[in-house]
Amino acid sequence: MRQFPLWKTILSIGIVLISMLYSLPTLMGGVPTWWPSWLPAKTVYRGLDLQGGLYLLLNVETDKAVEQAAENLVDEVRLALRKGKLRYQAIKREGREVVEIKLPADASKADVVKMLKEEFRNSVAEETPDGARLRLSPTEVTDLRKFAVDQSIQTIRSRIDQFGVSEPSLQKQGEERILLQLPGLNDPARAKTLIGRTARLEFKLVDEKGDLAAALAGNIPPDDQLLYEERGGKNGQKPVRQPLLLKKRTNLTGDLLTDARVNFDQFGESVVSITFNHQGARKFAQLTGEHVGERMAIVLDDKVYSAPVLREKIEGGRAQISGSFTLEDAHDLAIVLRAGALPAPVTILEERTVGPTLGSDSIRQGVFSSLIGGLLVILFMGIYYKGLGWLANIAVVFNIFIVLAVLAALQAALTLPGIAGVVLLIGIAVDANVLIIERIREEIRLGKSPFAAIDQGYDKAFMTILDSHVTTLATAMILFQFGTGPVRGFAVTLIIGIVSSLFTSITLTRMMLYYILRNRRVQKLSL
Amino acid sequence: MELISSKLNIDFVGFRKWAYVVSLATLLVSLGFLVTKGLNFGLDFSGGAVMQLRFPGPAPIGEIRTALGRIGLGAAVIQEFGAPEEILIRLHQEKDAKEHEASKVAQKIMDVVTPLATTGKVELRRVEFVGPQVGRELTVNGIWAVVYSWLAILIYVGVRFEFRFAFGAVLALVHDVFITMGFFAITQKEFSLVVVAAILTIIGYSINDTIVVFDRIRDETKRLRNQPLETIINEAVNRTLSRTIITALTVVLVLIALIFFGGEVIHDFALTLLLGVVVGTWSSIYVASPIVLEWERWRGGKTSS
Repeated sequence: MRQFPLWKTILSIGIVLISMLYSLPTLMGGVPTWWPSWLPAKTVYRGLDLQGGLYLLLNVETDKAVEQAAENLVDEVRLALRKGKLRYQAIKREGREVVEIKLPADASKADVVKMLKEEFRNSVAEETPDGARLRLSPTEVTDLRKFAVDQSIQTIRSRIDQFGVSEPSLQKQGEERILLQLPGLNDPARAKTLIGRTARLEFKLVDEKGDLAAALAGNIPPDDQLLYEERGGKNGQKPVRQPLLLKKRTNLTGDLLTDARVNFDQFGESVVSITFNHQGARKFAQLTGEHVGERMAIVLDDKVYSAPVLREKIEGGRAQISGSFTLEDAHDLAIVLRAGALPAPVTILEERTVGPTLGSDSIRQGVFSSLIGGLLVILFMGIYYKGLGWLANIAVVFNIFIVLAVLAALQAALTLPGIAGVVLLIGIAVDANVLIIERIREEIRLGKSPFAAIDQGYDKAFMTILDSHVTTLATAMILFQFGTGPVRGFAVTLIIGIVSSLFTSITLTRMMLYYILRNRRVQKLSL
Repeated sequence: MELISSKLNIDFVGFRKWAYVVSLATLLVSLGFLVTKGLNFGLDFSGGAVMQLRFPGPAPIGEIRTALGRIGLGAAVIQEFGAPEEILIRLHQEKDAKEHEASKVAQKIMDVVTPLATTGKVELRRVEFVGPQVGRELTVNGIWAVVYSWLAILIYVGVRFEFRFAFGAVLALVHDVFITMGFFAITQKEFSLVVVAAILTIIGYSINDTIVVFDRIRDETKRLRNQPLETIINEAVNRTLSRTIITALTVVLVLIALIFFGGEVIHDFALTLLLGVVVGTWSSIYVASPIVLEWERWRGGKTSS
């Protein structure tokens, strides 16, 4: 029998020892107290389907962010025209990214375009038959979209952090999607509302002169909008919806907040107190001072929370949002206000919630069935191939150690299909060993000596094992590329396992055979 | 111990015409069902929502149905899942329904279902919601995954062996995939993402089997230099038969354990694989290798008769 080189021996034993160290914390179900701190202490990270939690794929509606930017541009253009003493008839947003300016017939279009070009360098200005047009440039639109997604990720992260979830994972996916994974969550419904809420806080004046009845009939004045205030609705009562005609123009938004917290009013109802920053406080004082006697609506995501009459100028930058909240609602509202508004609304494209008990049931069933399956295979191999079969069994068991060790070290998630993947691996690893043993059997039938048969068997089986492993690896990698969530977990386990199966079947069993047989005069192999 | 005699010499190649009939007939039946009945696409592909609930005692399915009817969800499909205490509620995506609203339906359902349990608490075990857009993407991704795996194998086998081998191998895989899908069309079992994973695993298993036979054909070609290809293929299949059967057996042992003890999700995965192991083993012997022979004949190569 050919010599088994010493360096290979050391390397193989090294791999086996290291993988045992890395897999032990997982196999023992946690790190024991006597475990020295310098040893690896990571256990395999369980996927959401095994530990329970929330998986959300969100879409950031960046179109809305672009629209909003164009809407803001309308105000800026109006200011710029006034500053430049240029007369205009009307300004409005057209489509998603264009501001149309209608000019009097005798006005100079060229002057307006010149001013627009100077003032709004990031946008494109041009003349139109009845005025001028300002269009957001393509690079600006791209930036706006990108910013909307990045800002959304930050805002959502800060909301989650304040909500208190351990190990949240937030990733940008593609151009405008966010993948969110929250393991071990108790109340997914609440977390979902917290995350999905735009939380755009606006202060708007009520249009007292407007005709509410006409508006309800569909005839809304051009500078106004119709929103509803909901009252009651706590403890399962039907809420009362009251329509309000508001000025479209937003006087103040929630960006200028520094703090928001839960408080109680004189009736013991939960309210959210907000504090503006310096700039916000000044604006708020000015706004309330100018409109004493009028009603100002506090609007959150196009829903009116309250519309109190302004009795006096409010200094100090504090305000209160009341709206018959439960304590939990108020608490969550405070969180979203502190974390800030999302720059664009988000929609849920995909959602998967797994309850914690389902996760632990899945682990139990998965592990139990794998154990049974593994034992059946081990018994079968041992009976059918005797000595060499048991050697193969040792290799298969080490294969599982290596997979667990790599999973723990990389902190790649083990999912339910991943456990099934481990089982398939048993099949692959066994197959490699069967190929070798069958080849050795053939060589012995041809009359070769045991040692020659072993050498020949391994040599001849090597190419076959390599080819079959590489092709399986190729399909596993494709599965990883195209799969999502749990399926990816399956692919990861499979990829690690295929590579380690090459090692255990070809090198490890060979080494064991060599050291067992090298000083003996073997007449007959046990297979 | 020897299950398969080493002296075995079955004329697999001589039997191939009959095998073609069996394969083609199965394929035609599968394709027929795929076209006429189609696949029963699960949530992952069709979009919609699924909720898994556990009741403290046997679930009152009738009452649940009435309760859901009251809140306008009469179209929901309610079924027992694994045990009488567990149920699955499926909602199909309304075409115009807003996506994020569908995900809020879970709370509504819990509100009406909770009072139905007289003792204990109804537990919400799982909620899955897939929007129509994501469903379409998952479908497209699934199809591409399968096609790319064929391509990768075509290239690898083409490089490592010869093109005719690659052609035979991929044809065998196409055969396996369509028959497995046909099984799902016939039984109308739910076709989910997990099933796609199972199909890819079958591709992995079947190609593994095919490669082992091909490798042996290559070996035997060197040894039996002047023999016709029929003899070489027969020899290769016979000599690897023991390994083929033993490996299939061990995998089947594991799959049986998974089917009986693995729980609902793994159950379907394992069942698909079980079918795949049978079909994949068959196709390695009766589709992949004979195609190599037919290709050789068509090109007028060295064959007897």
